[in-house]
Amino acid sequence: MDTKKILAIIEAIAKRIEAEKNFLTELDNEIGDGDHGINLARGFKAVDEKLPTFADKDIGAILKGVGTALVSTVGGASGPLYGTAFMKAGNVCKGKMEITEADFVAALDAAINGVKMRGKAVEGEKTMLDALCPAYKAIKVGIDGGKNLIDALADGVDAAAKGVEYTKTIIATKGRASYLKERSLGHQDPGATSSLYMLQTTLEVLRST
Amino acid sequence: MVGIVIVSHSQKLAEGIVEISKMMAETAPIIAAGGLDDGSLGTSYDKILAAVEEVYSSDGVIVLMDMGSAVMTTEMVLEDLNRPNVKMIDCPLVEGAVLAAVESAGGRSLDELSELIKDSRTANKF
Repeated sequence: MDTKKILAIIEAIAKRIEAEKNFLTELDNEIGDGDHGINLARGFKAVDEKLPTFADKDIGAILKGVGTALVSTVGGASGPLYGTAFMKAGNVCKGKMEITEADFVAALDAAINGVKMRGKAVEGEKTMLDALCPAYKAIKVGIDGGKNLIDALADGVDAAAKGVEYTKTIIATKGRASYLKERSLGHQDPGATSSLYMLQTTLEVLRST
Repeated sequence: MVGIVIVSHSQKLAEGIVEISKMMAETAPIIAAGGLDDGSLGTSYDKILAAVEEVYSSDGVIVLMDMGSAVMTTEMVLEDLNRPNVKMIDCPLVEGAVLAAVESAGGRSLDELSELIKDSRTANKF
């Protein structure tokens, strides 16, 4: 995966988040403070505007730039969370103009650990981790078992989608939704949903290029 | 005097807390970092950073925040600043801010102030 592909993925994620902005906000209206879609779309709009300045940068610098833009423009919890995730992934890809399957897995692992660290969260609390962690496990198993990145990522997307469904069955213990306690049951988590969209979009771009 | 920054999703809430604190301690270097640049609800990395810089002195700064992204964004600002005399404290925002303003104006050090504010966690209103 080279820098061109990374830039295409980020551009596509920005488009997808913009397109899903209202749905994500509706989800967040149900169990949170109703700003997830609007905030994340504002963040990715800023990322999109910065994309031309990333053109000649290495993958590490691109991901770090994405993270920095999100942190300074999102305004809600998804800013520091996704911001930290992209920055940590950027550290793994520092100086690289191309990354391997193993780098991708390592970057995703670092990103997830960043979310855990920043949010002081673990799986099962009705957060983005409930999509990201199962996705990571499926991707890792796939790559270790000799699958190519597209096939492994397809497994990861399936696992993330199941993870989003799983968030409907659990009570939130992190984030704003935790104030609702059992009333958060039956609703899917907006953060897990936006994480799923990012993974799906990554897969779509890899399949089409 | 130790600088104090109030981080909130709401500009009005942050400014209101500064207002209440100043009633008790007019001279305290306390400043609001609330809402986003356009005044809408949210927490702004740039606003928090600018506020910390504004009240910073060698005496240090404490940052008090409301919840969620206010805590996480403050954490990122402090990591990037990497100054040991800029600290974030977990406490009830209004009570902590009033206490901080009074004690800062009274000349307490950063460490003393940090410990005192932690007491506000267990203070009962009645």
